[in-house]
Amino acid sequence: MEDDAPVIYGLEFQARALTSQTAESDAIRFLVGTQSLKFDNQIHVIDFDDENNIISKSVLQHHAGEIWHISASPADKAVLSTCYNTTSESRVVTSGAVWRMPPEWESGSHESPDDPHNSHNPQNLELLCKLDNSAHGNASCVLWEPMGDGKRVISLADNHALLWDLTESSTQARISSTATLEGKGQLKFTSGKWSPHHNCTQLATANDTAIRGWDLRSMNQMYCIENAHGQLVRDLDFNPNKQYYLASCGDDCKVKFWDVRNISEPVKSLEEHSHWVWSVRYNHSHDQLVLTGSSDSRVILSNMVSISSEPFGHLVDDDDLSDGEDNHQDEKSKEPLQDSIISAYEEHEDSVYAVEWSSADPWLFASLSYDGRLVINKVPRALKYRILL
Amino acid sequence: MERDVNATATTPPDSDPARKRRVHGMLKMYYGLNEEGKTVDHAESLDPCDINGPHFDPEVYLNKLRRECSLGDLMDQETCMVRQIRSLDSDMQTLVYENYNKFISATDTIRKMKNDFKKMEDEMDCLSTNMAAITEFSARISGTLQDQHAQITKLSGVHTLLRKLQFLFELPARLNKCLELQAYAQAVSSHRRARCVLQQYSHMPSFRGIQDDCHAIMDKLAQELRQRFRDGGSSAKDLSECVELLLQLDEPAEELWNPFLSPGSKTDILEFIDRGCNEFVSSLCLVIASYQQLFVNRPQEGNLASKNIPQMAIGKLHAFVDDLSARYFSLVERRIQEETSVGDNSLLVRALDRFHRRLQAVAKLLPGSAVPSQGTEIVVRAARERIKQYLAALQSFYLDSLTNVRQALAAPRLGVSSAGGGSHPGGPATGKDTLASLPDLLSSLSVSILNQIKSVLASVHLFTAKDITFSNKPYFKGEFCSQGVRDRGGSTPPALLLLLSRLCLDYETSTISYILTLTDEQFLVQHHSPVTAVTALCGEAREAAQKLLNHYVKVQGLIISQMLRKSVETRDWVNTIEPRNVRAVMKRVVEDTTSIDVQVGFLYEEGVRKAHSSDSSKRTFSVYSSSRQQTRYAPSYTPSAPMDTNLLSNIHKLFSERIDIFSPVEFNKVSVLTGIIKISLKTFLECVRLRTFGRYGLQQIQVDCHYLQMYLWRFVSDENLVHFLLDEIVGSTAHRCLDPAPMEQSVIEVICERG
Repeated sequence: MEDDAPVIYGLEFQARALTSQTAESDAIRFLVGTQSLKFDNQIHVIDFDDENNIISKSVLQHHAGEIWHISASPADKAVLSTCYNTTSESRVVTSGAVWRMPPEWESGSHESPDDPHNSHNPQNLELLCKLDNSAHGNASCVLWEPMGDGKRVISLADNHALLWDLTESSTQARISSTATLEGKGQLKFTSGKWSPHHNCTQLATANDTAIRGWDLRSMNQMYCIENAHGQLVRDLDFNPNKQYYLASCGDDCKVKFWDVRNISEPVKSLEEHSHWVWSVRYNHSHDQLVLTGSSDSRVILSNMVSISSEPFGHLVDDDDLSDGEDNHQDEKSKEPLQDSIISAYEEHEDSVYAVEWSSADPWLFASLSYDGRLVINKVPRALKYRILL
Repeated sequence: MERDVNATATTPPDSDPARKRRVHGMLKMYYGLNEEGKTVDHAESLDPCDINGPHFDPEVYLNKLRRECSLGDLMDQETCMVRQIRSLDSDMQTLVYENYNKFISATDTIRKMKNDFKKMEDEMDCLSTNMAAITEFSARISGTLQDQHAQITKLSGVHTLLRKLQFLFELPARLNKCLELQAYAQAVSSHRRARCVLQQYSHMPSFRGIQDDCHAIMDKLAQELRQRFRDGGSSAKDLSECVELLLQLDEPAEELWNPFLSPGSKTDILEFIDRGCNEFVSSLCLVIASYQQLFVNRPQEGNLASKNIPQMAIGKLHAFVDDLSARYFSLVERRIQEETSVGDNSLLVRALDRFHRRLQAVAKLLPGSAVPSQGTEIVVRAARERIKQYLAALQSFYLDSLTNVRQALAAPRLGVSSAGGGSHPGGPATGKDTLASLPDLLSSLSVSILNQIKSVLASVHLFTAKDITFSNKPYFKGEFCSQGVRDRGGSTPPALLLLLSRLCLDYETSTISYILTLTDEQFLVQHHSPVTAVTALCGEAREAAQKLLNHYVKVQGLIISQMLRKSVETRDWVNTIEPRNVRAVMKRVVEDTTSIDVQVGFLYEEGVRKAHSSDSSKRTFSVYSSSRQQTRYAPSYTPSAPMDTNLLSNIHKLFSERIDIFSPVEFNKVSVLTGIIKISLKTFLECVRLRTFGRYGLQQIQVDCHYLQMYLWRFVSDENLVHFLLDEIVGSTAHRCLDPAPMEQSVIEVICERG
């Protein structure tokens, strides 16, 4: 049972923004935002044909500026948000906006990627609204309400968390509430995550070495993990199945798993990367699978069974086990499940800043390195069957 | 048919079972009891010509015979048949006759039984009437006697009570008398009898008085006994009696021993043991000897029954001795545990030695007793305890010296940083002599630790030299070393100390074996006890050293990269002015690296580095800043060739190895420095990528990188690594630059030279 070779796609620009199209549950589709100061930036919509191992792309122009962060609406396939840089009069400002992809993008998506004409007549994104945060500072990321109707977003700008209501089919954005991080020095949120639990009333943010939890109803801080990492915290992710579990990664090369009810110690700490860890992602359906991307150019897939929602593996019905022919399976399931590194993927040559699971296929993920290389990989089949069976 | 009709009636007992079965089957068949195989039965039964079958039809049979047989055959058949019939008849007759006889005799028996039973019934009736009469009489008698009986019981109860009371009241007097007559045994036994009663009724004043009197007397008695015991007594028998009595008096064993041992516990342990041995062990020996003389070794003068008396006697003696010695041992052990001062060993050793030798005497007297082995155990335990104490002391000494070193380091460290700002290349002059003290400190530390270990060894040696019995100590020694070392690895003081203690461990790789050989020399004994292997110890030390060094690299790298990060993050790179100088941060970086280099250089040898060109410092950046950069960017202006942009850098990367930033380092200076520089430059790169630069921003970075290039190459094992990382930094900066107009290489050089 040989695993499929990774599929590699190269962008001509440097890139650090990657997201899967959250609202899409059929096609495997990723969105990549490029970073270029000199040329018009693009959003590459990358479709992956699982059966034929073929990538097809379509390019949308993002004239506003270089993209630092991208996220897709959980409700509307065509809506996405970006954080982008603009330079005007030797000032660099980062702001957030909500965009709609043109309706035709889908028709153009099936051209072969090496068709040179494809990138010549790219379509433009339609601006729905700007998340005007000039009063609050530079935006670092825009978060959609998980599993929401695409009407609420949070943007993190310097030391503010802004909760926006999108109205009039997302063409109007109004700040409904804000939270501000007070403290000495220049505090800045580096990243954040909207918790899918507790009715989507919680937000976790990272600034410097601390992780903070916020209650969105009161916009008050709920908990604060000071010195969660030895150095800067780069990314966070919530366990999709265990409501108090949170993964974080940072410049101390570590990935830590927290139970926010007991923040004095991490539940688990991994130190597999040899440089800063920039991104950590739980698999949406099997939360023992954790993906991390690091500037040591590696992507590591770990199997954190002991702190997953299925610590004893998939619970098999007794009926299934009673079949005599299943003896082999039986033995397998009795093996002690241990946390382990499943695989380290070394297809990247440059720092990996983003990793993302596909929203359509739980066994597939993409990683993006700074040199514009997007690699699509799959969970090894042996493991997949072991989890499933 | 003819096969065995005969056999039916008179089956010979020895005929085989199969045959018997067949006969049975035939009989059963005849009577309609069907048991045999159905199919056979079925086939047979349907044949009307089968004379044995149930469906036998004489007509058919006859017809068949008549049709098939010749006359002769018929005649034969007839005679055969007649014979068979006849034999069957006679069989039947015999059976009937036999059964009839039995029946007759059975009838007779039953009749006889009937008669007998009738007689018995009469007798039973008579008996029951008699019994009734007896019951009646006895009831009447007991009724009349009841009153008197109750009275008698009561009276006798009162009598015993009175007797007891009298005994109680007379007890003090009696005890006194006993005391006078020195009949201690009697006194003790009577007191024992009365004690619990007195205890129970002690709330009544009269009884209380008696109890108090008794107590006073018994105390006197006990004292007298003790006195007698202490005086050494006339005979061993007396002595043992004393002990027995005292124990019976419920005197707690410890209390019993304590007063006579108390003078010893206040003085030193040797005296204590001496006294203990003299008093207890010698008297014990006496007891044993006299006991043996009395019971065991007595010639077999008595009767035959006394044959196994010696065995019994010995058993009892064993039990007695074991009991006593257990108490004694617990006491000794408690005393030894009190002996905690690390200072002087010889007393303890001598005491233990004496203790052990005295017990040998007991062992000789009483072979097979558990006492000597228990004694040895105590000695061994004491020794082990002692060694543990030494270990703890050693550890605390180690910690102390560590803190000393830490303090010693803290002061000069400040000096370095304050002096650091001045003249820089080659390391600050002031810093140098403070740093020079590092090796001194290190050597003093290791020497003092070594000395400590030696002295401990010496004291442990004392143990083994003195006493032959507990000579299996190298094992402890080994454990001891490893524990000490492990402790060393466990402590994680700040960066400089890490380096120091790390080196200490490195030393250990040679020191450990030295210590172990020393140990082996001193304990010239068998090696069957598991001595911790030298290799394992060294491996442990090495592992700890590796960890410490890695940590050191990480911490130092972090300090420098933090500096770089702050410098990149806080600056407005878009609106910066044209670079005129190398930024101070870069100078700091180089300085710090230099001082780290010096520091590490004191403790580590140089290590291998790849051969490098003589003009490394002069290496021009034009290679990448003009040509390579151009090729990198040229295709960017023509978006139609998308892959070309990355091609070059990718090809470049294909040939350069992947750089593990936080990778383990080797035990040499170059490797350590390489690690630190790698971490710092990677940080620089990542930070640059997060910023946007103006033209002068880019130029400043160019200048900075050139400066770093000039000074950093000499520290690392492979200068290409530095080149590569700096290339990446400048390349990334150019990428992140709004107006990428690189500075002239010559200008850069001038600026750097001037710095």
